[in-house]
Amino acid sequence: MTTVEELKLRVRELENELIKCKQKRCAEEDAGGNQMHHRPRIEKMSAEVVDSNPYSRLMALKRMGIVEDYEKIRTFSVAVVGVGGVGSVTAEMLTRCGIGKLVLFDYDKVELANMNRLFFQPHQAGLSKVEAAEHTLRSINPDVSFETHNYNITTMDNFTHFMDRISHGGLQEGNPVDLVLSCVDNFEARMAINTGCNELGQIWMESGVSENAVSGHIQLIIPGETACFACAPPLVVAANIDEKTLKREGVCAASLPTTMGVVAGLLVQNVLKYLLGFGTVSHYLGYNAMQDFFPTMAMKANPQCDDRYCRKQQDEYKRKEAERPKQEVVVEKVEEQVVHEDNEWGIELVSEVTEEELKAASGPKPDLPEGITVAYTIPDKEKTVTPAGETVEETEQSLEELMAQMKKM
Amino acid sequence: MADEVTRKAVSEIPLLKTNSGPRDKELWVQRLREEYLALIKYVENNKTADNDWFRLESNKEGTRWFGKCWYIHDLLKYEFDIEFDIPVTYPATAPEVAIPELDGKTAKMYRGGKICLTDHFKPLWARNVPKFGLAHLMALGLGPWLAVEIPDLIAKGLIQHKEQQNNS
Ligand SMILES: [Zn+2]
Repeated sequence: MTTVEELKLRVRELENELIKCKQKRCAEEDAGGNQMHHRPRIEKMSAEVVDSNPYSRLMALKRMGIVEDYEKIRTFSVAVVGVGGVGSVTAEMLTRCGIGKLVLFDYDKVELANMNRLFFQPHQAGLSKVEAAEHTLRSINPDVSFETHNYNITTMDNFTHFMDRISHGGLQEGNPVDLVLSCVDNFEARMAINTGCNELGQIWMESGVSENAVSGHIQLIIPGETACFACAPPLVVAANIDEKTLKREGVCAASLPTTMGVVAGLLVQNVLKYLLGFGTVSHYLGYNAMQDFFPTMAMKANPQCDDRYCRKQQDEYKRKEAERPKQEVVVEKVEEQVVHEDNEWGIELVSEVTEEELKAASGPKPDLPEGITVAYTIPDKEKTVTPAGETVEETEQSLEELMAQMKKM
Repeated sequence: MADEVTRKAVSEIPLLKTNSGPRDKELWVQRLREEYLALIKYVENNKTADNDWFRLESNKEGTRWFGKCWYIHDLLKYEFDIEFDIPVTYPATAPEVAIPELDGKTAKMYRGGKICLTDHFKPLWARNVPKFGLAHLMALGLGPWLAVEIPDLIAKGLIQHKEQQNNS
């Protein structure tokens, strides 16, 4: 008799075999029949309007005076962290725009459950997202260089490697990438990117879609200058849905290809403006899909930020600002500057039971423009009087002894 | 917001002192000692309260954790393997606890069998950095998740009791 365990193992073996067959077929298509559709690499971008030139409409931006030097796009290397609903579309847009190099990070595999999103196709199910993405993107534009990493950036070893690739994965190996784009779907990964970029002084853009799929945002983070991801509790775009009517039972998250496509579009637009120097680069741009409202704001770095590299970068920024000769006439900024208020609450609780207790454990809401709020508030740490419980009792036991004790329990 | 039982259990877990993550060398060892002290106390408390429900151990660096949790339903014990990595940003961000064998069986999970915590967990964790540790994660994250999801999975016939399964 075969047991369930044995059958499970067999299923897994067959699944792996299937993935290998798919990969082999893709490789064959590359080498053989599909070659007809693959164009050769183009050495220099041309503005000539012929049906074989993929860059003519992009180069027209230059002729129209929108962009000063479009070809410059080929000199940039951009890292995209998270190649899911937003990241894959982001990578495709940048590929079609003719970016110099893309460095892709994702630990996940393509699944049939992802087919409500754009970019990936059912036949790619089972392949790693970065591998499948590189394959499609390379066939769209062979002029782009690709570097892919199939791992979770939040674990120790991978994070070290991630930091190394951000600081050395430029178009010229050894130089840092020009921009990091966060297209991840969780807080842990965002915080990891934030930590890395603060340490490296790497400029990055954050993007996100809410778990209810009807709002999203993009944010430019210049370490030391604009607020980092740890400077304030996570910002959210208020979708004006009554929390009481929002049903969360039985599901983690919803997703819509439309919202993810819009956010990817806003993100890449900001990337192009930032890299090519046209228009106004948004510091924070929200998207409320329910009311079609796009709140914007700018937020300065918080001198009390928990991330010590953020504070270090702020000192560095202040020093540079002081050294800079003041020549230009400063145009009054209309954007709202967010003030980090002092907290008038001084109570902290381990877990809240009532609404009143929850309120008491919260800090004040920062002063944010209409339509933008924080996911939660945190009471000011310095003003906290009493921790709610006992702290661990110091013992003489070594870590090894404690590990052994726990194991014996 | 947590129920009264969870609240009491959490208040009896010792709080941690050292604000240190796996990227800090010596301070991380100190933090790990505190983690183990808090976990040992919590497991002892659970045993005293006749509510022993999980075991955890780690690799020697304390960066990868694994163990078992169990849930009693209709006098039958359902046991599951659990695992998680300590993120580089710990303790600012809590680890994502996974029960790989339940992956794909409930919508209250992210890919890889990572459990989906309530809206209340993240703010609660953020407000208590660095005082909350892995014992708090068990009590406020995994415990309540099991209490809601396991009875539901059993009712839907998506998990069977292991002995029953082998007998049939
Ligand atoms: Zn900061």
